[in-house]
Amino acid sequence: MTITEKILARHAGRDRVAPGDNLWVEVDVLMTHDVCGPPTIDIFKREFGARARVWDREKVVIIPDHYIFTKNHHARRNVEALRAFAAEQELPHYYDVGTERYKGVCHMALAEEGFDRPGSLLVGTDSHTCTSGAFGMFSTGIGNTDAALVMGTGKLWLKVPETMKFVFEGSLPPYLTAKDLILTVIGDIGCDGATYRALEFDGEAVYDLPVHERMTLTNMAIEAGGKSGIIAPDRKIFDYVRARTDAPFEPVYGDPDARYHTFRVYDVTTMEPVVARPHSPDNRAAVSEVAGVRIDRAYIGSCTGGKLEDFEAAARLLKGREVAVDTYVVPATTHIARQLHTTRIDGAPLYDVFERAGCKIGKAGCAACLGGPVDTFGRTHGAEVVLSTTNRNFPGRMGSKQASVYLASPLTVAASALSGAITDPREALV
Amino acid sequence: MEALIKGPAYVVGDAVDTDQIIPAQHLVYSLSDPEERRYYGRYALGGVPPEGQGLPYGRRPFTPPDAFTSPYRIVVAGSNFGCGSSREHAPFALAEAGCAAVVAESYARIFYRNAVGGGFVAPFESAGRLVARIRTGDALVLDTRAGVLTNETTGETFLLKPLGDVADILRAGGIFNYARRAGLIPA
Ligand code: SF4
Repeated sequence: MTITEKILARHAGRDRVAPGDNLWVEVDVLMTHDVCGPPTIDIFKREFGARARVWDREKVVIIPDHYIFTKNHHARRNVEALRAFAAEQELPHYYDVGTERYKGVCHMALAEEGFDRPGSLLVGTDSHTCTSGAFGMFSTGIGNTDAALVMGTGKLWLKVPETMKFVFEGSLPPYLTAKDLILTVIGDIGCDGATYRALEFDGEAVYDLPVHERMTLTNMAIEAGGKSGIIAPDRKIFDYVRARTDAPFEPVYGDPDARYHTFRVYDVTTMEPVVARPHSPDNRAAVSEVAGVRIDRAYIGSCTGGKLEDFEAAARLLKGREVAVDTYVVPATTHIARQLHTTRIDGAPLYDVFERAGCKIGKAGCAACLGGPVDTFGRTHGAEVVLSTTNRNFPGRMGSKQASVYLASPLTVAASALSGAITDPREALV
Repeated sequence: MEALIKGPAYVVGDAVDTDQIIPAQHLVYSLSDPEERRYYGRYALGGVPPEGQGLPYGRRPFTPPDAFTSPYRIVVAGSNFGCGSSREHAPFALAEAGCAAVVAESYARIFYRNAVGGGFVAPFESAGRLVARIRTGDALVLDTRAGVLTNETTGETFLLKPLGDVADILRAGGIFNYARRAGLIPA
């Protein structure tokens, strides 16, 4: 069995499972946020009764992150609904807006708070919930109705996916990041190339990546239609998790004779920086093919592009220089926002590097990654051409249907912000 | 799920993602409040770029401006319908507009599951590419038991792929009713 099949078998109380089997599995953690939390709670109450209690208070994690810094009345009401529910159910893992506990983007917050643990099973009402798979666990995005059922019973009905394996051999050159690797894969297999399947990542280049960069690979499994993404855990993962939680966990590994739907090997030393052109994450081009395309805006943020590692990469290029176009910097979480002040590059805090380069620095959260209410920081309103470190560029994703969004690594985005046109980071890296 | 779904077709292209089905800025409305939930009907498929709205013509909105429901009952789509986010608001919005079924070449996983789990719209898969064979406004009849789609405007008939396991959930009206019947949760 693959690592995914073994985790699902364990959570279904079975010795063996095979792709295509339908199972009821026991869920370890259910995550929801401000967009899908309120309707999930409504369904939970409708189906289990107004006085119903969640199946396990310790296992429900509520992280508002999507529409936070907005005057929109309905968006604020959503957060109030979460707050009331957390109080009523006495939920210990609620990260309220406007308090010290506020975190920001849920997928990064789950990791930082120790909810991502090897061998476990986590579901969330967000398609990028597959991010947690970087910890060697099964995680997937579900809808409100499924989430309401989990909330009441701790159980989820699911089909065991086939696994597609992607091995990245060689050591990663300094001009590539995890974003380049995953955009290459998505370009190869297409936006529906992994529908219903699990993507598993392996190889020297993957294990060389820091933990948060691995999360960029698993996060974007959904951009190929995948049900989940996974990387078998190693020492880096164990150390990361143990530094954040005392909860026990049991790592799981695939069998040597596991069967894969696909097995594809990449040599990272021959790969190039890439972008996804408008309006789909699989519309890949080498940066060299689109170099020179003028941009109106650069955006560095989101669960895949607003990590400390992304800001460190961008700062390498922006240090001591000035951007030529509007450049937005949005840390994924409040923890990362603080790190911008404490992490230095050649003696200067990252925050200062960005400020001196002329970037606009926003507050932690999803911000313009998904457009959002009209007053959202960094949101597009017209026909802007945007180069962004986010993970999705369908029409209207960043607000305006007329905008054209290119996706790229933080290195490519920073290099291009300096020149005002899409630029190969190899030209700017010295 | 009705045995026979009749009504005009609304045709869109490939990879119509959930941001096109219901743009993110509208996700703030309550899905349970009767006054507010109507807005999901108003904005359903509102994110489709104008040239793709109601093929082969374009610029034919699914829900007329200022209306809350759509005259179209069956959405006909290309491949990977519903890709993108996990928002259940997407199939909900289609249902709220009055749509009863989608016939697409293929679906993104979460949309498909949400459509079934909430009992919102019946997601049928076509065997071939119907986007080029059906025009927006054509009169369709979908026999959900036999899995046959008839285009009364052209006289053509299409055999759709069987719904399989999910037909029972759709007939029950969603996963909760189904789970109750299966004894998983108390009735
Ligand atoms: S940052 Fe973007 S992709 Fe990530 S959870 Fe928020 S909206 Fe979704």
